[in-house]
Parts: sequence; structure tokens; C-alpha cells
Amino acid sequence: MTILETRNLTYKYGIGTPFEKTAVEDVSIEIERGEFLGVIGHTGSGKSTLIQMLNGLIRPTSGQVLLEGKDIWAEPKKIRDVRFKVGMVFQYPEYQLFEETVLKDIMFGPKNMGLSDAQAQARAEEAAAFTGLKAELLEKSPFELSGGEKRRAAIAGVIAMDPEVLVLDEPTAGLDPRGRDVLLTQITQYHKKRGNTVLLVSHSMEDIGRTADRLLVMNSSRCAYLSPTQEVFAQSGKLEGMGLRVPQITKIVQALERLGCPVDPSTLTVDHALKQLIPYFKQLNPGKEA
Amino acid sequence: MAFIEIKDVRFSYAMEAGAEKEVLHGINLDIGQGAFVALLGHNGCGKSTMAKLLNGMLSPSSGQVLIDGLDAGLEENQLPVRRQVGLVLQNPDNQLVAGIVEEDVAFGPENLGVPPEEIRRRVDEALKAVDMYHYREHAPHKLSGGQKQRVAIAGVIAMETKCIVLDEPTAMLDPRGRQEVMETITRLNREKGITIVLITHYMDEAVQAGRVVVMDKGQVLMDGTPQHVFKQVERLKRHDLDVPQATELCYRLRAAGVALPDIPLSVEECVGMFRNLLR
Repeated sequence: MTILETRNLTYKYGIGTPFEKTAVEDVSIEIERGEFLGVIGHTGSGKSTLIQMLNGLIRPTSGQVLLEGKDIWAEPKKIRDVRFKVGMVFQYPEYQLFEETVLKDIMFGPKNMGLSDAQAQARAEEAAAFTGLKAELLEKSPFELSGGEKRRAAIAGVIAMDPEVLVLDEPTAGLDPRGRDVLLTQITQYHKKRGNTVLLVSHSMEDIGRTADRLLVMNSSRCAYLSPTQEVFAQSGKLEGMGLRVPQITKIVQALERLGCPVDPSTLTVDHALKQLIPYFKQLNPGKEA
Repeated sequence: MAFIEIKDVRFSYAMEAGAEKEVLHGINLDIGQGAFVALLGHNGCGKSTMAKLLNGMLSPSSGQVLIDGLDAGLEENQLPVRRQVGLVLQNPDNQLVAGIVEEDVAFGPENLGVPPEEIRRRVDEALKAVDMYHYREHAPHKLSGGQKQRVAIAGVIAMETKCIVLDEPTAMLDPRGRQEVMETITRLNREKGITIVLITHYMDEAVQAGRVVVMDKGQVLMDGTPQHVFKQVERLKRHDLDVPQATELCYRLRAAGVALPDIPLSVEECVGMFRNLLR
């Protein structure tokens, strides 16, 4: 079932000035309820503008955004409700923390939605647990936290609003490999438990390959693909032409396939590659085991 | 004497109520002129503090950082040290100052009091070196992330620095932008002999360096060629670090009993090895 749909969605910056630029052009897509959608595209491809239109932060120049079948701009006064339903975690969200304590910061969103203090606190504690933020940190000032902890607190602030759709813009940028790993695992677990829709915008094809069921590829303001992740990453040549690439492991496996090795060219993880390659190499060279 | 000498460097940040938190616990490193060193380690291990010590933005609590023999921790050496060591940071939008690309690149040499004709020559040369000469009259804010970072690097080169320290320069860039920046710094290192210290979380970038230094909890944990460091897969993982996917694949194939001649570090090496194996 479709939760979010765009119809001929177009956005132009600086209309009527010499700097007029079409950032998003004629994008018609359907996002399924409960899916984990990866969003990729080079800098300036229009993906940030597109996701900002999905929760009504900016109003399309033409075309429509439908949330659960309803045009989000049908009643502009109710656009706030849309922002509660489509929660957005921006890049480097840790710079947006402002409250006295981490708990108050996470409660800010739910309280804005009109929840009581008790309800907001329950939501905040649950959201903090989802992002792996330790309970003893909740009474601290956000500014005492490490970079990774701040990022978790900021993400918890959006999760606490229990959005139908959670949009994360580059949530792992600047985190070390371990931090990246843990955060991605938490996001996929959150997605599994809550069953709501997650949009993950990322420049890391390895992160996308590990998590997304389907991929939305933006290129030169238009939607180039909206297909299962494996189908998109099977097009490595076309992706490279768009300034993107496939995960390292996919590239290796595709080269192996060309060398005559019977592997699935849409392999996205090292684990999946190993499952296929260990038996293959063993039967190839049974006498030469190390 | 090495170009950069880090001797028993300790560094503490001041905390509330006069308390101090030591983040570097006695670092010793020599970096030769023309080296390309990647500095790895998880968030909070002291990498960025090291970057700021290298160009005198911070002074060590004890020990010394010597740049070409000059003590970078002394106030009177600040200007000469910053002429030698340029810093490029993560966010390209925070380090461009002018409205036109070539003016931005000229900003550094202008501040050094370089004569106008000489500035013109340096700006042109620097922009050519990062392959951004065609964009010299463009507005920086309209460039892509990779292009902005290359302009920031040109700004450092125009000061004729001998060393560039880059603190996660590709963290905010798309795949093409990352590749552009990596190609630019490897070329500057190879062709102009500029010493590069690259701080990164991307293992596929670190393998392109000549030397990899891994930091952990304010100390040097490993130091050697990429081959030497990345073959210690278990040890890296124990310290919450990663290896490139090509390395992980071959390491685990070997562990499962598949005879492989080598543990490659890049996709190209890996594919080359399999090509020989399957021939």
C-alpha cells in the first residue's frame, strides 16, 4: 500500500531571476508503507529538495505530494500535522540540540504535538532506547555528550514523535566505522519493530547496500530509478555515469562473474559474497586448502 | 631531522571547574618531507587534536611539535608554521570566504603580503594543480562539494605550503566528489612532493597512502605501510576499526580455508588476484 506519492512534482528556485534553476523536475513516485527506501544521487541531483517537499518544508512549484492519499497542501494550515507524520532528521542534527537536558530535548517534539509531559517522557525514553542512548545520559546536558551520542539524541527527538515516515539525511556522515555500524543496525531494528517507513539518504553505497529494500536514484533533477536495490546496483556502468558507484563488494563480485565464476552479480554484502565464494573456491581447488 | 617531528606530545582540554581532560598521552611520530600519511582512529581518539597541533592552532600541554625544526607550539612561530602547514576541514562551506573562486584562492597569499603579479601566478598555478582553473571566475557556492574542497586545497597550495593536513575532507561528499579530492591529493603528493596528512574514516582512502598511523585512546596503536596495517584485520576490528571490503572478503576466504596468495587492499588488486587465480 502506498503511503507517500508524488505526482509530476517540480520545484524551481529563484523563479523570475537570472538564477532560476529547476531542482526537481516531474518526479512521480510511490513509496510503499513499511518499506526501507534508500535515496541516492550526486550533490545537486535534487534529492534534498525532494525530501524537503515530502514533509511540506517547501511547497512544490507544481505537482502534488500525497500522504495517505491526501494532497498535503490541500489545507496549508494543517501542514504541521504532515511534519509530525513525516519526521525529518537533517544532516548533522547534533547542531540542533538546544535544551537543558537530553531528555527535555527529545521530549520537545512530542510536547509540540500536544502530548502531556508524562506521555512525552514515555515516548522520549522509548526513543532513546531505540537509538541506543544510555538512560543515565538523559539527565545530562546535550553538550556533555560525545559526537556520536549527540547524533543519537537528535535522531531520538524525531523518533519520539512516532512518525509514519522517518527520513534520515546522511545519518552516518562523520561517524567512525563502528559508530556507523551501530547506528545503521539500530535504524534497521527500529524499522523492523515499528514497521513504519524509513527513507535513508546516503552517499555511502555500502550503507545503502546493507539496509535498503528499494532505491530511489535521483539524477539531474529527475528520478532515474525506483527499483529493488539489487536491480539498481546491477547497473554499475549507468550508476558511475551518474557520479555514483556500487558497493566495493558488488564491484568485486561483478568482476568475478565476468571471469566465469557463478556468483550473483547483485551481491550487496561481504557475508552474501562469502556464502557463494567459499564453496566455489573449495570445489575448484580441493587439494590446495591452506 | 624529519620535516615533522612530534616528540612526547601530551594535550589536555580544559574542562569545567578547572579540571582537565588529557586526550593525547605522549605521542611520538616523525613524518618525512613528501610523505603521504593517513591517520585513522575512532571518533574521540585525538586525531583532530593532532591536526590542530600540526599547524599551531593548538599548543601541546607538554612535549614538542617541530615543523621543519620550528616549534609549532610557540606563539612567535605561528605565522611561519602556518605558511608551511595548511589545514583543510570537513565542511567545504565553512572555509570559502570570497564570492569568486580565484579571489578565494588569492585570500591566503594576499594576507601574506605577496606582490600582485606573484599572487596571479600562484593562483593560476594552484587552480591548475587541483584542476579547477576553468572555474576560476565562478561563484564558490554554486560548485559541487568535491569542487569546493578542491578550491579549499588550492587556497592552501597558493600559500606554497609544504604540507597539507586534511581532516575528513570527504565526509560530506558524494562518491564522485570523494574520488576527485583523493585524486587531487595523491597527485599533489606525487608530482609536487607536498607532504599529506589525511585524517579519514574511509578505509578505501587510507589504503592509498604510503603510511597508515592508527590512533586509539590518545596513543599510536599501529604505524606502517597500508599492507602491514590492514592485514591485521582482527586487531583493527578489536579496536572498533574497519578494513576495506576487498580486504575483509579475502581475509575471511582465507580463514575459511581457501588458498589465496595475498590479502589485497583495493578492488583493483583483488580483481587482479582473482584473475590470475581463475586463469
